[in-house]
Amino acid sequence: MDYSQFLYMREELVLIVAIVVLFLADLFFCTDRKSGRGVYNTPLPAILMGLVTIANAVPCCMESFELFGGMYQHTPMMSLVKTVLNLGTLIVFLMSHKWLSREENLVKQGEFYLLVMFTLLGMYFMISSGHFLMFFIGLEMASIPVAALVAYDKYRFTSAEAGAKFILLALFSSALLLYGVSFLYGLTGTLYFEGLATKMTFSYLGVGALLLFIAGMGFKISLVPFHLWTADTYEGAPTTVTGYLSVVSKSSAAFVLFVLLAKLFPTGEYAAAWQTALFWIVIASITIANLFALRQQNIKRFMAFSAISQAGYIVLAIPGTTAQGMTALVFYLLVYMAANLGAFTVMTSVEQSSNQVTIDSYNGLYSTNPKLSFIMTLCLFSLAGIPPFAGFFSKFFVFMAAFNAGQHLLVFIALVNTIISLYYYLLIVKAMYINKSDAPIATFQSDAYSRLALVLCTLGVVGLGIASCVYNYIDAVSLL
Amino acid sequence: MNFLSIFVLIPLLMLPALWLCRNIKGLRAVMVTGSTALLIAAVWLVFKFIGDRAAGMTDEFLYTASVDWFTPLHIKYAVGVDGISVAMLLLSAIIVFTGTFASWKINPLPKEYFLWFILLSLGVFGFFISVDMFTMFMFYEVALIPMYLLIGVWGTGRKEYSAMKLTLMLMGGSAFLMFGIFGIFYGAGGQTMNVFEIAHQTGGAHAIDFSAQCLFFPLTFIGFGVLGALFPFHTWSPDGHASAPTAVSMLHAGVLMKLGGYGCFRIAMYLLPEGAQELSWIFLILTGISVVYGALSACVQTDLKYINAYSSVSHCGLVLFALLMLNNTAGSGAIMQMLSHGLMTALFFALIGMIYGRTHTRDIRELSGLMRIMPFLSVGYIIVGLANLGLPGFSGFVAEMTIFVGSFQNNDTFHRVLTIAACSSIVVTAVYILRMVGKILYGKCTNEHHLQLTDATWEERFCVGCLIACIAGLGLFPGWVSHLVHDGVAPIIHQLGAVAHTVSQSNPFL
Repeated sequence: MDYSQFLYMREELVLIVAIVVLFLADLFFCTDRKSGRGVYNTPLPAILMGLVTIANAVPCCMESFELFGGMYQHTPMMSLVKTVLNLGTLIVFLMSHKWLSREENLVKQGEFYLLVMFTLLGMYFMISSGHFLMFFIGLEMASIPVAALVAYDKYRFTSAEAGAKFILLALFSSALLLYGVSFLYGLTGTLYFEGLATKMTFSYLGVGALLLFIAGMGFKISLVPFHLWTADTYEGAPTTVTGYLSVVSKSSAAFVLFVLLAKLFPTGEYAAAWQTALFWIVIASITIANLFALRQQNIKRFMAFSAISQAGYIVLAIPGTTAQGMTALVFYLLVYMAANLGAFTVMTSVEQSSNQVTIDSYNGLYSTNPKLSFIMTLCLFSLAGIPPFAGFFSKFFVFMAAFNAGQHLLVFIALVNTIISLYYYLLIVKAMYINKSDAPIATFQSDAYSRLALVLCTLGVVGLGIASCVYNYIDAVSLL
Repeated sequence: MNFLSIFVLIPLLMLPALWLCRNIKGLRAVMVTGSTALLIAAVWLVFKFIGDRAAGMTDEFLYTASVDWFTPLHIKYAVGVDGISVAMLLLSAIIVFTGTFASWKINPLPKEYFLWFILLSLGVFGFFISVDMFTMFMFYEVALIPMYLLIGVWGTGRKEYSAMKLTLMLMGGSAFLMFGIFGIFYGAGGQTMNVFEIAHQTGGAHAIDFSAQCLFFPLTFIGFGVLGALFPFHTWSPDGHASAPTAVSMLHAGVLMKLGGYGCFRIAMYLLPEGAQELSWIFLILTGISVVYGALSACVQTDLKYINAYSSVSHCGLVLFALLMLNNTAGSGAIMQMLSHGLMTALFFALIGMIYGRTHTRDIRELSGLMRIMPFLSVGYIIVGLANLGLPGFSGFVAEMTIFVGSFQNNDTFHRVLTIAACSSIVVTAVYILRMVGKILYGKCTNEHHLQLTDATWEERFCVGCLIACIAGLGLFPGWVSHLVHDGVAPIIHQLGAVAHTVSQSNPFL
């Protein structure tokens, strides 16, 4: 075995180094219990994550290769998606500062960062896998620590409950996925993606495997009808973890779904089968999530349903599996990350300062915290797809890709649904600007880290669309 | 960067300038400077355009420029103007300029108000200079969304309901529109989003498949038509206009509704001519209903703003009605009507806002004898009322006359019956205008609180004076405008005449 192959796994190695450094720091410089202050707080993990992001973003190998006999694959696009995930994680780190500085969390903040980074590592492996075993290891690595994160606020009953719900359903979906993979192995005798793609002939067992695979991934992306865990988990989990779940976890799974469907079932009856399945899944996701979001009172539950419907839009880029669709998907993920994490940063700031998570508590927020409300408005407008914010561009491109792939009816239904989603996003805007409140949330000053996170998100929301270079770059990468 | 971009650049620079202002005086200074600059630019553009046309520049769009934006998708930032857009730019600049004076004393949150107001006008100006479908669509939506907050925060009456209804209906229209744009783009080969290039590619009017045109024409037309108050999608308009603050009503009825007509003409009819020829009869009937129904509804309203809003439905319906007559005369009339209605309705809303600001009621049953109390405003009101009912000498007469002459040129029964039906709206308009003027301005003032009210302040007089001058100017010297407008209408009508069947096969009334 040629050990020099490890050196090609640049992204993973950099991340592992960061994890080790953080682990050692946590071990030796852990919390000073006398003063109750963490010796290292957000700076170290945030700086490390920033360095990882920068180190991985340098486009040094713009060619595809595979290692370990095809177990590990690398394409420039995968590298790019990993960078997107890094950015998301960095923002999550920044926004969680205030929450982690609470008395009860000070002693265990090291675990938070480590667990998040481990899940990130799992996503890396999942993205780069060339074999179902590797894929499954990555997937599990990316989901089991999340359960611990969801239950992080264990002093809160709902957090523990959310963790339990998450882990049970995650295992169930993994089992479904494994069952599907076993069908594939039975049909072809291999688990290498390359081998599978060439050896697959059409059979109903294969279709069953395909559907089980989509179900397993649908759970991670939280598509209807595999979304039932989402609202409860999002509500119970600490807000920053919810942000992480709704953006980073979801993005990696959506990307992998695209890549694997394109790689394993590009044409023929299988393609027709999964396109039909996705057609209904997208319609169900967007419509049902939108209708449920209308009725939510808790802003985290609300964001859960918003995230489900956004997942529907993300998956809209998959049919056709064209380069245009890939570009649209990755661009959408990037924009969605900026907008959604921006909204979550505002939500977590509000929650940490006032313990309020209902939509009604946002009434009159503009009169007390105009800047936060303004940023929240930008993020919500971006999520709703209103120009000149980036969400408009990403939605337009996803619809365009789907239209070009011949999914006219699907695009039309999705477009009609954007009106419903606009309605409920406007409800929040209305609460902040128009509704009057006797006791609005008091004026407060966000900490520097949250502000940095907000600046990054605002830049993304405002700049990503207008600065076309981002989209053009992603497109160039997708054609490589 | 082409000099047309200055229309986007000025509002863009005004946004940070407003953001930095500390008090109302600073805001006013920025607003007056910016809107004056826009007005000067628009007037200068009109003269330059007329001069260059006279000097023999015959391209369909002048001053074109195109910058690659999203290269892989063939999306460009492309600008260019023809006669129609020049006229529309001038209209927008006038309304923004006068709107600034109409919102002189806005309260509360003046800074936010002006920010959203300028964002709205940014969208409007951007829309009129663009010739790329994507850019147009983007600016179109930029112009729509500030309405939500402008009505919701600064409006009156059932403002939350109206704001939400307006936003959702217009955004619903734009969802149809987006679908239509995809249809046009991919139907025409997926190589360019430029309106001019699509219209002139190989195959001309037939470049897009006939069946595709028949699918995407109604979608695109309805998409823009919602904003142009097409029956039955007009219901946002009365509520929205009645609840909006004065300057927003002015800008919305005066300019934003014109985006609908302009878009229908420039995108739906120009790029899908066969679909337009085939299916125009359905929309003719709908717009005919708009015209008559809007006028009749205005008769039974008691709120001044509702009266004017329904009157706008009627007049904007007439714009679409005339466009669908598919000939040069009616088309020019439609664009003249856009200009004329934009100015008149802006003045109407400005005056209503000023009266409401004093009396705090818009109910005509509670108003009477205002002529003695506020003579300036009352005279202004009479002038605009007369202009609205089409008195010769004002812009309304010129526009409506051209429209009805043009409509009657279609020599089949279907079009003529519709024309005659639409003509009846002139009579109905006279009924509601004269009734309203008589009720609120003359007679004896029954409410003693109103006796102490003052007449217009200087900025209000300025605003009203400017608009009256424009309306009279357009009515007395219509030649240059109709010339300007005809220049833009002719190529589009030519395109509509170049189709395989100029007689609709599906129209059961022929």
